[in-house]
Amino acid sequence: MGIEASTAAPTLRPRIRRDPERGLIAGVCSGTAQRAGIDPIIVRLAFVAATIAIGIGPIVYGLAWLFIPTADGGTIAGRLRGGRGSVEVAAGAGLLVLSALLLFRALGWWYSDAVTWPTVTAGVGGALIWRQWMSVPAGVAPADPGDRDDPGRGALPFLEGRMLGTVGLGVALVLGAALVFLWANGALNAAGDAVLAVVVVVVALGLILAPLWWRLGRSLAAERAERIRSQERAEVAAHLHDSVLQTLALVQRRADEPREVAGLARRQERELRAWLLDRPPARAGQSLAGALDTVAAEVESAHGGTVEVVTVGDCPLDPGAEAVLGAAREAIVNAAKFAGENGPIDVFADVSPQRIEIFVRDRGPGFDPGAVPADRRGVRESIVGRMERHGGRASVSSAGGSGTEVELTLARSES
Amino acid sequence: MSAARVVIVDDHGIFRAGVRSELGDLVEVVGEAATVDEAVQCIGELAPDVVLLDVHMPDGGGVEVIRRVTEGPSDVRFLALSVSDAAEDVIAVIRAGARGYVTKTISGPDLADAVERVRSGDAVFSPRLAGFVLDAFSGQAIPPESDPELDQLTAREREVLQHIARGYMYKEVAQRLDISAKTVEAHVSAVLRKLQLSSRHELSRWAIQRRLVEPE
Repeated sequence: MGIEASTAAPTLRPRIRRDPERGLIAGVCSGTAQRAGIDPIIVRLAFVAATIAIGIGPIVYGLAWLFIPTADGGTIAGRLRGGRGSVEVAAGAGLLVLSALLLFRALGWWYSDAVTWPTVTAGVGGALIWRQWMSVPAGVAPADPGDRDDPGRGALPFLEGRMLGTVGLGVALVLGAALVFLWANGALNAAGDAVLAVVVVVVALGLILAPLWWRLGRSLAAERAERIRSQERAEVAAHLHDSVLQTLALVQRRADEPREVAGLARRQERELRAWLLDRPPARAGQSLAGALDTVAAEVESAHGGTVEVVTVGDCPLDPGAEAVLGAAREAIVNAAKFAGENGPIDVFADVSPQRIEIFVRDRGPGFDPGAVPADRRGVRESIVGRMERHGGRASVSSAGGSGTEVELTLARSES
Repeated sequence: MSAARVVIVDDHGIFRAGVRSELGDLVEVVGEAATVDEAVQCIGELAPDVVLLDVHMPDGGGVEVIRRVTEGPSDVRFLALSVSDAAEDVIAVIRAGARGYVTKTISGPDLADAVERVRSGDAVFSPRLAGFVLDAFSGQAIPPESDPELDQLTAREREVLQHIARGYMYKEVAQRLDISAKTVEAHVSAVLRKLQLSSRHELSRWAIQRRLVEPE
């Protein structure tokens, strides 16, 4: 009988490992023997003896097979549970066990209805309870992908409705089995009144405590939500403090330098906007649109003025795009230097699979291309030259009074 | 023509005051509202020509204001004025019925000009809105049940929008394309109509994709 005690409650002794390699069937006996430090033959003989004596050996073996983990730590039950069709598998396994039981019963390998059925029922209930306990180790969040990792979760796993249901069903099965066992063995007749009293008290306690329990669960959930909210709030506050409040302080100190203040406000606006739109700064290094935004911000803080960037489409920063970007930067810097005070600089990037086009437009006084100062011509050369080296085109148009527009075009070869 | 009667709807008092002083005498600001409810009531009582409408407000924002005002008979026109950069917000307000969208960095005279334009029934596209629209109408597969009249931009419309995105005023666009300013306005109004009626893009879905799918 000692063997059954050690195998029927396998999860109490998790160190027992099934050993399918050396076992005859599934390695339950050899694993148990290894744990006990004796020859597997002894365990097997004892098992057979137990089976002949009371007839439920195979069931115990089956349960052990289900719940004792192998050396790598996985249980059959765990594998069944993980699968999609675990309900079907469970039902199938249940039916198999039931038919085996009925077969034994018909063959006469049977101890007594009054003992076996309650035992099986209690076993099922116990398994349900165990399953819940074991699947949620204390303090560890359940592996439910729908739930965000929250340290507060899992502290009181039984308060979760679904688990509560499973555990409740398990408890009901075990209690029912115990009652049936007692009743079938005549114990209830003697102690009938006492048992009834106990049942009544338990039910009453349940009725009293259930709402309390429910409310506790609800308030825990509320507290958790509140904690998440306050964390979020703290994060936002920290961000605003580091960025917006600092900038506002700077703005107040420099109130007599309008250009500086405008630049500060503009930079802060960009930064806050990127944060609000959840645009990671990393993007700037990866795509043309992001890089253009960065260039615009840099030029604004270096030269003042405002640079409005509008992009349609986007592409990765390959060497071609890098070249266009470099030329665009020159053009934007130029515009900011010579026409930044005359109004916003408009940058429009149109990226299609065929080509990249960037337009940089200012509202400066414009100029006569024949009378360009030497340094400006130099910059213009670097724009035009750079585009041509990469197989692109750059043109500068300027009509007196209505500003200057630089137009950059590059065909995209690889796509 | 007398100055346009304008109601400013924005949940930030400082900003309303700023817009009011920028506009100065160029338009007649007859009222201000800070919430959706206030706005609906205020617009109902004052019957302004144009409502300058913030996109982002508690309780539904500009879209809700337009929806509730246009439930009844009303010839009020809406111009969205927002710091919001998010394409889906802007497109949503336009689809709800706003006649245009300008960013809050617009100068006072330009804003007054835009108000006047909206008042006379034209559409007002800022460079940014033009960019959003070009993006929305570009490169997508056209659904089989689409109406090509509504679901595509003509070459000319595309050209006009590109010029607006490049920062040209309507007059300058007309000059460059060698067409009349009236024609430019007609093109822009046609684009606005397509934007509001087109079934091509569940535009909100477009906007969401645009934010979720980062470029490679």
